[in-house]
Amino acid sequence: MKLWDVVIVGGGHNGLVAACYLQRAGLDVLVVEKNAWVGGAATSRRLAEDVTYSNCSYVCSLFRSEIMRDLELPRHGLQVIGYEGGAVLTRSGGYLASYRNHDQHRREFARYSARDAEAYDRYARDVTRQCRFIQPLLLRTAPDPFSFKPRDLQELLFLARKVGDLSAAEFARTARFWTMSIADFLDEYFETEVIKAYLALSGIIGTALGPMSPGTAYVLLHHYMGDVDGSVGAWGYARGGMGAITQALASSFQAAGGTIRTDSEVASVKVRGGRSEGVVLAGGEEVRARLVLSNADVKRTFLKLVDEKELPPPFLDRVRHFKMRGSSGKVNIALDGMPDFPALPSGSTAVKGDLHFTDTVERIERAYDDWKAGRWSADPFLDAMIPTTLDPTLAAPGKHFMSCFVQYCPPKVEGRDWTDADRDAFAETVVSQIADYSPGFRDRIRHMEVRTPRELEAEVGLTEGNIFQGELTFDQLLFNRPVPGYAQYRTPIKGLYLCGSSTHPGGGVMGAPGYNAAAEVLRDLKRSRQHMSPAHDVL
Amino acid sequence: MTSSNGKTSYDAVVIGGGHNGLVAAAMLGRAGRRVLLVEARDVLGGGAGTHVFHPGYKVNSLAHLMNRLAPEVERALGLDLADLGTSLAPTVALDPVRGPVVLGGAYGDSLSGVTPDEAGRFAALRALLMSQADLLARFLARPPPMPGELSLGDAVDLGKAAVALLKRGRSAGRDFARMLLTNIADVVDEHLDDDRLKGLLAFDATLGIHLGPRSPTSIVGLYYRLAGSCLGARGGQIVPRGGMGAVTAHLAAAARQAGVEIRTGAPVAAIAADRGRASGIVLPWGARIAAPLIVSAIHPVTTLRSLLPPGAIDIGLDRAVSHIRSRGDAAKLHLALDAVPAFVGVPAEAARGRLVVAPSVDHVERAFNPAKYGDFSPDPVIEITLPSLTDPTFAPRGGAVLSAIVQYAPYDLSGGWDARRDAFLETVLATLERHAPGLRGSIVGAELLLPPDIEAHFGMPGGHWHHGELQVDQMIFNRPAFGASGYETPVPGLYLASAGSHPGGGVSGLPGYNAARRALAKETAA
Repeated sequence: MKLWDVVIVGGGHNGLVAACYLQRAGLDVLVVEKNAWVGGAATSRRLAEDVTYSNCSYVCSLFRSEIMRDLELPRHGLQVIGYEGGAVLTRSGGYLASYRNHDQHRREFARYSARDAEAYDRYARDVTRQCRFIQPLLLRTAPDPFSFKPRDLQELLFLARKVGDLSAAEFARTARFWTMSIADFLDEYFETEVIKAYLALSGIIGTALGPMSPGTAYVLLHHYMGDVDGSVGAWGYARGGMGAITQALASSFQAAGGTIRTDSEVASVKVRGGRSEGVVLAGGEEVRARLVLSNADVKRTFLKLVDEKELPPPFLDRVRHFKMRGSSGKVNIALDGMPDFPALPSGSTAVKGDLHFTDTVERIERAYDDWKAGRWSADPFLDAMIPTTLDPTLAAPGKHFMSCFVQYCPPKVEGRDWTDADRDAFAETVVSQIADYSPGFRDRIRHMEVRTPRELEAEVGLTEGNIFQGELTFDQLLFNRPVPGYAQYRTPIKGLYLCGSSTHPGGGVMGAPGYNAAAEVLRDLKRSRQHMSPAHDVL
Repeated sequence: MTSSNGKTSYDAVVIGGGHNGLVAAAMLGRAGRRVLLVEARDVLGGGAGTHVFHPGYKVNSLAHLMNRLAPEVERALGLDLADLGTSLAPTVALDPVRGPVVLGGAYGDSLSGVTPDEAGRFAALRALLMSQADLLARFLARPPPMPGELSLGDAVDLGKAAVALLKRGRSAGRDFARMLLTNIADVVDEHLDDDRLKGLLAFDATLGIHLGPRSPTSIVGLYYRLAGSCLGARGGQIVPRGGMGAVTAHLAAAARQAGVEIRTGAPVAAIAADRGRASGIVLPWGARIAAPLIVSAIHPVTTLRSLLPPGAIDIGLDRAVSHIRSRGDAAKLHLALDAVPAFVGVPAEAARGRLVVAPSVDHVERAFNPAKYGDFSPDPVIEITLPSLTDPTFAPRGGAVLSAIVQYAPYDLSGGWDARRDAFLETVLATLERHAPGLRGSIVGAELLLPPDIEAHFGMPGGHWHHGELQVDQMIFNRPAFGASGYETPVPGLYLASAGSHPGGGVSGLPGYNAARRALAKETAA
């Protein structure tokens, strides 16, 4: 039986990133994926026979440009196009548009409030500062403050120097920023509700918190740290859907000599004497490997794939308490034609970006209250996008596709499992909200695919449908992610590593966990990491 | 005015006769300074006072428990507080259906009303929280460590805390780093089973704070509570004999003994600043009192934005001060009763303590939800004391006084409080009645202090008795705002000593103590 150097459980974007780097380091790497396709939550599928679409994740802006370059993803077909607009439609029939161009965006704010337009410059500067502070930490392993290993001390020193570079006032501001709610943070800049509602989005998307929860200002960074062609904070769209990213990764991996096996679900990680020896597939086949990297989330890895007898009880206890509450759903809609939004000026570029129908922070927070009570919201928060406006190749001429990210959507409905009827009722709230702003919308729907946390878990394998493989709260960041003492991609089992978003720096299609995990593996193997670019400042 | 000898020049003027002002004044007086303390109201004590609210009935004005007057303050002022009480008061988590849980001693040294298993789990969690609160407590009786200018003392204290943490072992350290900014709901869900205990801890973490138990960082409120001590016991509390007014009287006596001159009924109209330096105060009738040192123990927003001449602080700080979140969520209800209320299942001895209505975490969270949108809780959470059981002089013979802190009652109520005051009162009374059947029939008088009333009566902007939200982003070097957080302000000679400064609210005396020490140290250095 072949002995692989590395087998990677799950071909999500992080698994593939790690696979690429390890293969390029001269290791013999196998990726095993349960689905018939690779990509995890970053995939393009077919909806109706003539529409290609991103079925889960839908925005490409966080993916680290260092990785993109190292792995030559553009050569393997990845092309990212920036959003060209966006808008919030208000209940009163008005709108707030967004523009890529800062000055144009500012002018749009001025339509509501001259003061807010002024404040927008300050806001953009302050948020960019926070990004600049955090960005270099993404492609680094988080130091363990309770270890005295030289490398941890050295990394702590790096962190201390980063902090030391801040002026006292900036340090104080940073400490506030990390602990504030996005609502309070925005209140310090803006007076117009719809502007705050528009900007609050980034503080909560994918997060089981409301905009009024402390810590959500930090989450903002997870949606702001990206860049599209050097335009920081811009949101982009991957031509051909999010699958273009993972297909480019797969292609880059295979070009380097790597092997992918699809339709191969891993049933367990084989452990003997505290060391992993490979994996056992669902059909009983054994795949032997010196090292195993799990792209599955921390709960799936340790509560399903590894025999609990192999794990120290305190570790297991922490894994059980790791918070992975699903908070979002997705409704993918194939449309017969471009929907009308009468509130928008004709020919507006606003439709070429994200559309929101929630015009106050309070409405977002109330939707969160529904989630807390175990219900989907009757007035959900939508981040809708019609990618066919940017990429006509996705659908037949005249046909369109609309991606609706829906927040909040609970992993269980008032404590019980989702039923199909629940799912349909959930979808109906989404369609009815859009139809309020787009007459005739219902008639244009050709096909609809609804993903609640139940579907996300079943198809992608995300526990409770949590798209970040674990909440981004302080207790689950940096050296706490996923388990204090095991935040450096290694696990209590020798030879078994984690490389998914359950690890630092967390979720979003960033590729950083896969990159960092690969770096740790190469460190352990004492192999060169020359082909891994260090983080560079894009700001 | 209690005394006025017409002097117009002092070494120091303290603005505000609440507990922090009295402590600061006494400290300065004991250091040999000629000190004048001015208080706008006719009585001292601010929120830590006792007043008659119905003929024959007295009550503690806002604070109704003594649980954190700092030992450092007691020592520095030479206080002897034995007359206030010598045994700790219990806490009771009320539940009219399942019966109450009684936490005896200091925050549940002993526990009754739960299964032995649950008692064991609570003891473990209590020990964990206490040891963590202990680490934080060492940063209360000292100025906050300031970024960019860590003093040797700061470094030593931070180092000591780190050593103390490491001594407990790596896993204790990791637990602490993980739990420090988490939410209380997840912590209690992880450790406990009993909803009554969980609800109590959720309540204690969020009392006086605009957060629900599921809000990240809400555990900090519980740490803050447990970092306080009483009768030498961390987490201990008493319902003081003589009321909080007696505590204030002790502080006032210490101040007078230290030579402090106290003038009540003397509001301050302005702080005079000559060439950017604090030089005295101006009274509303134009009289000017000169002093090179002004210690303001009133709300920092009032001090920095209303009393200082325009331009005294720069735009950046002014903006930061204008952003201080300081809108109270807690109301105070006082009831004069002609009979001692009987809370379901609560033994007479336990009724002397603190009774809490917060039957589950979800209940507290649901009570918080409407506060986010400017509505009061339809099913509020409540902390009750019956001070007349400790001190019979508070009510006529046979009667009783009920003092309740009710949450959530937001300062800015949509529709305005005038129109909805009665509806809120009805909600609270109905809730109390469920826990103490027959209570409503024994009411002979009532006083409801809503956040706007608290603002008006006690001069606390927003009716927030912590003088600003006690949330992490408004703590330590960001309390009240960076640039004015080490008690000093950009105006030389002007110091901030209210609960709006580090470490924050509660009747600890520490902001006053720390501010006075900082002012004295600065003088010595100059």
